Amino acid sequence: MYVVIIGGGKVGFYLAKELAESNHEVLVIERNAAKVAEIEEVLGELVMRGDGCEAAIQEQAGVRRADLVLAVTGEDEDNLVACQVARHIFNVERIVARINNPKNELIFRKLGFESTVSATSAIMSHIEQELPIHPLISLLTLRRGFQVVEVRVPGESGIIGRPLRDVLLPHQSIIWGIVDNEGNPKAPTPDTILHAGDEVVAVTLQESVEALRSALTAPPPERSF
Amino acid sequence: MHVIIMGCGRVGSELAVQLEQAGHDVTILDTNSYQFTRFLPEKFRGRKIVGNAIDQDVLRKAGIEHADGFIAATAGDNRNAMASQIAQHIFGVPRVVCRIYDPIREEMYRKLGLRTTSPTLVGARLLREALEADGAQPSAAS
Repeated sequence: MYVVIIGGGKVGFYLAKELAESNHEVLVIERNAAKVAEIEEVLGELVMRGDGCEAAIQEQAGVRRADLVLAVTGEDEDNLVACQVARHIFNVERIVARINNPKNELIFRKLGFESTVSATSAIMSHIEQELPIHPLISLLTLRRGFQVVEVRVPGESGIIGRPLRDVLLPHQSIIWGIVDNEGNPKAPTPDTILHAGDEVVAVTLQESVEALRSALTAPPPERSF
Repeated sequence: MHVIIMGCGRVGSELAVQLEQAGHDVTILDTNSYQFTRFLPEKFRGRKIVGNAIDQDVLRKAGIEHADGFIAATAGDNRNAMASQIAQHIFGVPRVVCRIYDPIREEMYRKLGLRTTSPTLVGARLLREALEADGAQPSAAS
């Protein structure tokens, strides 16, 4: 696989190193001469000096034949433009962008770049896992709007003591696995009974996340006689 | 019309003053507050906001949700292109204009539906016209 990495900072450098060690053909494009020299010292000819947002530089780097382009500079605007040049001038299909401000994920998605990685979001989700305050944690965002989420069943949930088949899941959602309140992983069946403190891992659509959370955590409806 | 200008350099500040004189409601943004004292006249009454316009929170503070126009005029092509696309695609601003120095990127963004202008091509043409206006035709090297 030919991988072009735009941005030779720490992220770009270690990605290049890992990919080269797995026998992929790699080229790093970096604007700063000092960084280019540093990378050259370790990785040899795998680096080229230039502005990876410029079409002429991408042409020279052979982006046209790249199987994958990674835009991983420290600036979201540079990553966005590098992605757009690769996609719209050189027709690269597989592009991964690094995002620094998690709020920029929206504009990348709207412009057709679904595959983004944000260290800030990743660390935030670790914080939420370590200090669970919300009953629902987003573990992973897949393409096409699918999300893998973890829901901790709260003590007041209406589904406690009932089998999974009674849980009304929203459209396009499935329960993938359950870690019970003693930490044992279980594969779910329609007969699995849910308990308070169980962690349910589910795949759902972005727009169904709220409905899923409510299905697993809402208190039972008050009975009317 | 409420217009937001991103970048208070020579062009951004001049534009801000012109639009204000024409009766528009102007908000100008720059990451460096010194630019406001350096380039804007004291009589300028519009809002000045320090911040980066590729940050949606900064744009909201500038009133982007009700803006009629957005002009990106910083020195950075990439910043201009990204902010303009945020204004257009996330906030639905009806008139977005983006300055891009690099003619190749300018053409690409024009094709992607942004209203762009490249001072590079216009500037080069103006300089050439000024040179040739004196009657000094380029000499045919033989």
